[in-house]
Amino acid sequence: MLARTADSLFWFARYMERADFVARIVNTTRRLASLPSGESNVANEWEAALSAVGVLEAYEAAHDRVEPNTAIEFLLFDARNPSSIVNCIESGRVNARAVRTALTIETWQTINEGWQEMKKVQAKHQARGLGTEELVAFLDLAMKLALDVDGSAYRTMLRNDAYWFSRLGLYVERADNTARILDVKYNILLPESEHVGGSLDYFQWNAILRAVSAVTSYHWIYRDGVKPWLIADLLILRPEMPRSLLACYGEIVRFLDDISGAYGRQGAAQRRARQILGRLENATMKDVFSTGLHEFLTDFIEDNNSIGGAIAEQYLLD
Amino acid sequence: MAQSAFFDEMTASGGDVRAVYGRISRWLDESPPELLAARREQAEMMFRRIGITFAVYGDKEATERLIPFDIIPRVLSRTEWNRLEKGLVQRVKALNAFLADLYGKGDILRAGVVPSDIIYRNPAFRPEMAGRPVPHNIYVHIAGIDIVRVDDHDFYVLEDNARTPSGVSYMLENREVMMRLLPDLFASCGVAPVENYPEHLRASLRSVAPLRAGGDPTIVVLTPGQFNSAYYEHSFLADKLGVELVEGRDLLVRDGFVYMRTTQGPKRVDVIYRRLDDDFLDPLAFRPDSALGVPGLMSAYQAGNVTLANAVGTGVADDKAVYTYMPEIIRFYTGEEPLLKNVPTWRCREPDALKYVLEHLPDLVVKEVNGSGGYGMLVGPHASRAEIETFGKKLAADPANFIAQPTLSLSTCPTSFPGGVGPRHVDLRPFVLSGADGVRVVPGGLTRVALKEGSLVVNSSQGGGTKDTWVIDDPQLA
Repeated sequence: MLARTADSLFWFARYMERADFVARIVNTTRRLASLPSGESNVANEWEAALSAVGVLEAYEAAHDRVEPNTAIEFLLFDARNPSSIVNCIESGRVNARAVRTALTIETWQTINEGWQEMKKVQAKHQARGLGTEELVAFLDLAMKLALDVDGSAYRTMLRNDAYWFSRLGLYVERADNTARILDVKYNILLPESEHVGGSLDYFQWNAILRAVSAVTSYHWIYRDGVKPWLIADLLILRPEMPRSLLACYGEIVRFLDDISGAYGRQGAAQRRARQILGRLENATMKDVFSTGLHEFLTDFIEDNNSIGGAIAEQYLLD
Repeated sequence: MAQSAFFDEMTASGGDVRAVYGRISRWLDESPPELLAARREQAEMMFRRIGITFAVYGDKEATERLIPFDIIPRVLSRTEWNRLEKGLVQRVKALNAFLADLYGKGDILRAGVVPSDIIYRNPAFRPEMAGRPVPHNIYVHIAGIDIVRVDDHDFYVLEDNARTPSGVSYMLENREVMMRLLPDLFASCGVAPVENYPEHLRASLRSVAPLRAGGDPTIVVLTPGQFNSAYYEHSFLADKLGVELVEGRDLLVRDGFVYMRTTQGPKRVDVIYRRLDDDFLDPLAFRPDSALGVPGLMSAYQAGNVTLANAVGTGVADDKAVYTYMPEIIRFYTGEEPLLKNVPTWRCREPDALKYVLEHLPDLVVKEVNGSGGYGMLVGPHASRAEIETFGKKLAADPANFIAQPTLSLSTCPTSFPGGVGPRHVDLRPFVLSGADGVRVVPGGLTRVALKEGSLVVNSSQGGGTKDTWVIDDPQLA
């Protein structure tokens, strides 16, 4: 297939996944920020949210102070924020439209209709601003769109390189998102923080789970109260948790193998991905905590970026 | 319905329904306005879902618009179609022979049939093509010939489109939508299918591949990109052909061959169905500022290592000045009388004609020789006195750039709009394919309709809509 097509499919999936993540982060941050004062520091929460999405610097370039309304505006609608939900859906659709013929009609129609809905909300927002209920509805729209796009691709696309490249985009983005939300909150996930454990931490832990839609999964797996180190375990090393770093890398290796199998050639991307997967498979939470959770996550985010680079170099450029 | 001076394709001047519209007329009588309104809404929803949009340049508000679709089909009988088809084949064969001659020996110019200055001074004439034959002497692989009717027997050619005619995706999608919206009506009419157009297009493109491409040439569709007004159509055609849709940056030229950049390295390309104008094809040969083209493409083309469809330089044949000579051109190459009529046209380059045109501007349609899309034209009967005056000055300053035609009494067809059904003016663009093995036309085409009452401008960029075009078996003689 055309290198540009593969590139667009990869980014199409990345942007849809990111739209979902940003919507979840905003949702959970709103919950945290609505706690009675004393339970949370509102400005800190929104700063953490901007940081988890990786746009704190861009935000600070545009605004003097972190405030809930400006942060929400920035995360949802601001054109200066490449990861705002509106920009994610817009970029997702631009990429999808560039490769119309590589997508099934179902997947195209899903993104196209979602984009049209988004445009309506955006117009309303520009005309008169949105009420809280409308904001919440918009977040739901973004999450549902990601879900529908993902589902329609899964149900209808041929299992060929077009599908594999789009899945790679999804899992590289998802791994990045999970690692970032953990890293922003790493200080409350350390084993010793149990002693500190006021009610604030409880809400914080729940917020992390909620941000990666894992509240129910947690209870199914651990059948235990929310423990910070178990949250880290769930989101880093648990293979059955679809957003864990390990699960994402299982998928990344699998889809890279599908591609190399079809093309009859392995390359740096495959080797690198297997290395990362191997490290995750052999790790224990004890190792992770002893090397330092923050260090572990920063290294992972860097490794994950290098996979994106290796895929681009091997397949998406000339 | 008020009697009008125009030929209505459904209702003859005496008020009788023409036999070919019998079924449609009964259906219209039986359908309450609410039903038509509901179908109209459904149709719009279907088009929007599919994303069949087109962009209007300079229109920031709506970068992607739907072309309005009318659910009442436009009907031609098989007999009418057969006559039209013969004329189309004759005309396109002549166009190809004309181009082969212009870029070859130039017989027609030496014979004095067409003045050489309108060819050689035409910006669409490409000296690069002179003396370089193209496969099977076919230049115009895909032609869109705009046809209008003024009575129940003659077909007039309004315009030949020999560069990169668009609209065929609407012909195909309109049909799909009609079959879903009005299955009973459709089934009862015996409509000739158009769905094999992509098959014919693929066969035509394959047949003109360079010899060395072997039995299975690689075909691609070249688009300027997704911000082009016809991008939907480009992706639609690539999809139906089962070939890659490429942009200029996806192609590269190496050692005289064209390759596309794939995830598995460069892959050779043999036939390019390009939807990019000549000017933008190759920044080394044409406009150096073109970021849409492929550097070196012309050298690969001239070496015969890749086929471009349509060929470079076809614009010289669909020029409005050349149009006026089409009857002579057809006679010159085929030895036959033209089956389709030309609209009588004044060439403003000729002093007598210019004088007449300037004196009769309120009655005439004046067009720029190189214009398209309904821009830069004057529709005399609909223009204000001030508009006519301004246009007259423009015309007098550069007469060779204009032609003029009488305002044609374009035929009308019943058309549905919020609040009712009434006659609206229509034209027809059938698509004519030329390959090594002959010329093919699928029975139908794109009917464009001027939705505004009384308007004669059917261009989609100016508020025109489309209809499905049904070629149906002749009604049985009772």
